[in-house]
Amino acid sequence: MTALTSEPVVVRESWRGRKRHESMLFATVERILRNPVGLVAVSGILVLVVAALGASFIAKYSPNDQAYHGAARYLSPSFDHPFGTDYLRRDLFARTLFGLRNSLLISIGAVTFGSSVGISVGFLSGYAGGWFDAIIMRVIDALLAFPGLLAAMAILTILGTGLVNLAIAIAVFNIPAFARLSRAQMLVEKNRDYVFASQALGAGPLRIVFRHISANAIPPLLTQVALAINGAIVLSAALSFLGLGEKPPEPSLGSLLNDAKSHLRDAWWMAAFPAATMAFLLLCLNFLADAINEATSPYARRKV
Amino acid sequence: MVAFVVRRLLQGVPVLLLASIAVFLVLRLVPGDPATSLAGPDATPQRVEEIRGQLGLNDSLPVQYVRWLGQLLRGDLGTSIRGIEVSRLLKDSMPSTLELAVAAYIFALMLGIPLGVMAGAHPRTGWDWTLSGFTLISIGIPSFLTGILLLWLFGVQLSWLPTSGRVSFFSNPGQSLEHLLLPAYALGANLAAVLGRYTRTSVAEIMGQDYIRTARAKGLAGRQVVVSHALRNALVPVVTITALQVGAVLAGAVVVEQVFTRPGMGRLVVEAIQNRDYVVVQSTLVVLVTIFVVVNLSADLAYGFLDPRIRRR
Repeated sequence: MTALTSEPVVVRESWRGRKRHESMLFATVERILRNPVGLVAVSGILVLVVAALGASFIAKYSPNDQAYHGAARYLSPSFDHPFGTDYLRRDLFARTLFGLRNSLLISIGAVTFGSSVGISVGFLSGYAGGWFDAIIMRVIDALLAFPGLLAAMAILTILGTGLVNLAIAIAVFNIPAFARLSRAQMLVEKNRDYVFASQALGAGPLRIVFRHISANAIPPLLTQVALAINGAIVLSAALSFLGLGEKPPEPSLGSLLNDAKSHLRDAWWMAAFPAATMAFLLLCLNFLADAINEATSPYARRKV
Repeated sequence: MVAFVVRRLLQGVPVLLLASIAVFLVLRLVPGDPATSLAGPDATPQRVEEIRGQLGLNDSLPVQYVRWLGQLLRGDLGTSIRGIEVSRLLKDSMPSTLELAVAAYIFALMLGIPLGVMAGAHPRTGWDWTLSGFTLISIGIPSFLTGILLLWLFGVQLSWLPTSGRVSFFSNPGQSLEHLLLPAYALGANLAAVLGRYTRTSVAEIMGQDYIRTARAKGLAGRQVVVSHALRNALVPVVTITALQVGAVLAGAVVVEQVFTRPGMGRLVVEAIQNRDYVVVQSTLVVLVTIFVVVNLSADLAYGFLDPRIRRR
């Protein structure tokens, strides 16, 4: 604590001086990075994201090539194949990186889409109130009655299995939760003085909701975004594990584990490295959610 | 009390109806026409039209929905692509899944609640740290990952427990438990952590209330204060959470079953999705959602017994 107090007191720029639309978000990010847990989480996620995006440069071998350079089946981890090779002589390091990339792309894409739709619906419903709100919320309630995995399965039955359909299923599954939360957030914000001020200035409802209220109502929802990405990774991995995700030989964290399951006797590394990667990613996302929660909720902050 | 029960039961009906409409519409959203796929690629348009008539697909959606609901209520869950009645498929696969779900619940309740009570009654002690550590491990790691880890350690490396299959509890309890132990842990660990956390919070909050101080002041032993005074009220929110988790546990059972190669609803649903056997998916979903709603209703009724104040609302 002494290290913190010895710092010169930061003089905050006045509200006039700050960039108008970034101020709240910027302050949140700053608080997350000052929190040791947040810093660890952000660094861990950055490492994984960079490794996943740079998979084609980092991995020496191609993820789907069999019998590359005369490699044998079930090679245990070595310098050449850091994660070993699988039953089809494929390099598991490459497969894990590309699998991580697929899982991240699906999850982040699905949550981005699902949360945008869910937040828009929730904001509009909460702001409008009345019968519109009542109908939307009953529909959301009915959707929430389905456990996520089963809802996703129903959607995959309609659309057929595959990578894009998997992302759509997860996105749809995310809509109701975000709609509920953002509606609650909207009900708190819409009675604030600044909203009445904008109304008095003649701003239309869409402008008020998406320009003024959202600037204050979205940061608390970021915790849910981190948790939703965590949930999406688990859900997509579970569905891929069941064989309802991408078509083989395309790897993902879930299908790698499915492959590994039937070869546990011969090659522990087939399960260990994808599993460890996934566990580390989920841990970082959980920590990030905690850090965002502390950064955005004044109550949680006070305890620190 | 009777009025309370009736009111709660009536509230459950619309939820079930809405959910059944959602499941019904899901099937109608399927691109393509069940009649076309049933008739096969070489069928004439007349033949397809005939089948459409037989299936009742020419009627309006509400008429089709009411007819479908009527069939459901009579226990007719439709027929799979292979011509087997779905009710028979479910009768064969459900016991295994329910067995696993119940085992996971028993495990979670036996571990989560005592740990939560001890942690809540003695915050910042060994009990509390144990709960925190267990929570971090079990909530962070999804059930199928835990399952694979257990399978490798106890099934493959140590060969203590079987790695696949299922034995019915009623035919051979010992072997049945051997097959259930690992899947039940994989499925129940997350639930145990959730229950433990809620119990801890709830107990810790109640331990600070006046009537607990009164109980202590009149000289009751610590254990008696916790068990007979704090626990009863502390369990009300825990009952809610236990019931709300039913959906997650049933869905989780579907995945965990595949990890341990147990025959059950998991295999049924996964195969149905891969074959795009809509009727099977639809009926399975209806059954699972009904279980979910009924359990939640029962939980609602249970609060009434646990906390008389709720009855009057």
